[in-house]
Amino acid sequence: MVGLTHLRRAALGFGLLAAATLGVVLGPNQARAVEIRVLNWQGYGTDEPWALEAFKKQTGIDVVHDYFNSEQEMLTKLRTNPGAYDVVLINSSYTAQAADEGLIQPIDTSDMKNVGDLSPSMRNSENLVIGGKTYGVAWLWGVTSFAVNTDKIKPLPDSIQALWDPKHAGRVGWRDDAVEAVQMAAIATGQNINDPKDLDAIREKLRALKPQIRTFWSSEDEWNQFFSAGEFDMATYWSGSASRSKTHFGLPVAFVIPKEGAIGWLDGLSIAAGAPHPDAAKKFIDYMIDPAFYVPWDTNVGAPASANAKANAQLPADAFNRAVLGDPATVARLQFMGPLSDSLREKMLQIWQETKTYMLQ
Amino acid sequence: MRLTAQAGRVKRGRDRLAAVAALTGPAYLWLALTVFLPLSAMFYFSFLSDVPFGKRVAELTLENYAAFFQESFYRTLMLRSFRLGAEVTFYCFLFGFPCAYVLAKTIKGRWREALFLLIILPFWSNALVRVFSWTMVLRGNGVLETFVNWLVPGVGSLNLMFTYPAIVLGLVHSYIPYMILTCYLSLEAIDDSLIEAARSLGARRHAVLWRLVLPLSFPGILAGAILIFVPVVGSFMEPRILGGRAGTFIGTIIEDQFTAVFNWPLGAALSFLMLGFVLLILLFVAPLARRAA
Repeated sequence: MVGLTHLRRAALGFGLLAAATLGVVLGPNQARAVEIRVLNWQGYGTDEPWALEAFKKQTGIDVVHDYFNSEQEMLTKLRTNPGAYDVVLINSSYTAQAADEGLIQPIDTSDMKNVGDLSPSMRNSENLVIGGKTYGVAWLWGVTSFAVNTDKIKPLPDSIQALWDPKHAGRVGWRDDAVEAVQMAAIATGQNINDPKDLDAIREKLRALKPQIRTFWSSEDEWNQFFSAGEFDMATYWSGSASRSKTHFGLPVAFVIPKEGAIGWLDGLSIAAGAPHPDAAKKFIDYMIDPAFYVPWDTNVGAPASANAKANAQLPADAFNRAVLGDPATVARLQFMGPLSDSLREKMLQIWQETKTYMLQ
Repeated sequence: MRLTAQAGRVKRGRDRLAAVAALTGPAYLWLALTVFLPLSAMFYFSFLSDVPFGKRVAELTLENYAAFFQESFYRTLMLRSFRLGAEVTFYCFLFGFPCAYVLAKTIKGRWREALFLLIILPFWSNALVRVFSWTMVLRGNGVLETFVNWLVPGVGSLNLMFTYPAIVLGLVHSYIPYMILTCYLSLEAIDDSLIEAARSLGARRHAVLWRLVLPLSFPGILAGAILIFVPVVGSFMEPRILGGRAGTFIGTIIEDQFTAVFNWPLGAALSFLMLGFVLLILLFVAPLARRAA
């Protein structure tokens, strides 16, 4: 990757030289298009083709993408390819770690026109603003909980214990992710998701999933495939993906925010340390939090809730992100994900791997 | 006279050495650069307390290796992976050997070439694509279930997807060409007149197979078994896609250490432990091979 960057720089330098010479010969020099590199989950807003076209029309900036499949992969890519990325999507529970490792740079948001419209609690989240400096611009938030097949499960459950209900034995899907698994069990056992005290209770709760789980899933695409093939009737899921599965793929999906609570998460957009085009990166982030991008994205494709209060208010009245997540009583039940220490994270992985091994026997 | 002859021998020896170096040098250099260097780096990582990137500080430790012996689930998974390796190798032999025998001894000419092409053809497609096509065959309402229900109405759900047999099926399909090709080579080398002689001396078919064909083709079977066993023990892609909740193996655990928690040192330590156990097994098998040869 680094080698490629050098190669590209060399090629660019040569190209520029050639262009400049041509410019001198042919007359007025044409501005070269700036290209920024974005690191994100695939299909997560920044790579919507219609949006990139609109952005290019507005600013003349091209956007290319690289993708990751886990937060750790994202951090690894930033660590091992410094200077390769401009904009990177970071879940706010990882922003402090990325800032601490020097992988991202502080952003001066004073000249970004949409930042003022962000919900103050998210804009100033202690997970994004570190030491008085903004390391991530609040972009989207949502809920991790579970979704059910409304054709097969009636009535809609209102408790997280439904996942453990023997009625649904062998019909449950579960994301193969240690932190998410442990935090779901923390909610089911009434604990703080960022600092669970009784890990033994969590281990027992996870082991009790053994007869329930049909399969693990790892990506939204896989979730949709399994769901439509009838592999599971209920599964852990993300709110934004659930609304996409419903609007975009027409699947009979209902997302449940149980009475015990659910995991809330906030994603921010950050600028990588040593980004080749920091100003273009800021313009792109400003466009991403603009209602002009968010409203059509959620309406036509389906998205998590926007951190921009003005954008959420412009959604149709029956939109999930306005009707359900706009309800203060629902939001009050959420536990937002905070930073986790390395040792707790490793402990969580160990509990999860142990549970998975137990499930085999 | 003798002196010149000796000098000639020395010179010839030196020439030969130079030729050997020139012919094998590039390959060894390439192997050193692409295999030995990264592997040594990983071996070094396996003794570190953290990954030395950015601001992280790492020190030397044996903890990563100790973790394997402290947590019983690593042992359970290691054994499970070896069992998978053994089973896949066995089925590859069971189905691959007869196929190789027919190719080597019964079919001649054009047909043989055509059949070879069919065996090698899957190698030309991406392994991931092949595994995903299995998911379409095996899953609920998939190709296989639809076919069986059409054949025998009322069978219902086969529930093959996300099971241990699904993983074995996918892996056997992926690796069986190795067994067919190595067995074919050693079966082809058996002189037909040996078999004719055995038959004319009154040996029954199964005696010919047990006492002549199998022992003579043993080196090929062993080579195929090693080529299959070693990668299957460390496999993670097929178990993850076809295995669902049955798909936890030492390979997937190692992958998690690299991709899910950035714990390269533990992942590297587990990899080298796996490599160590594989080498132990090969060491145990080596005398068998020598006797057979």
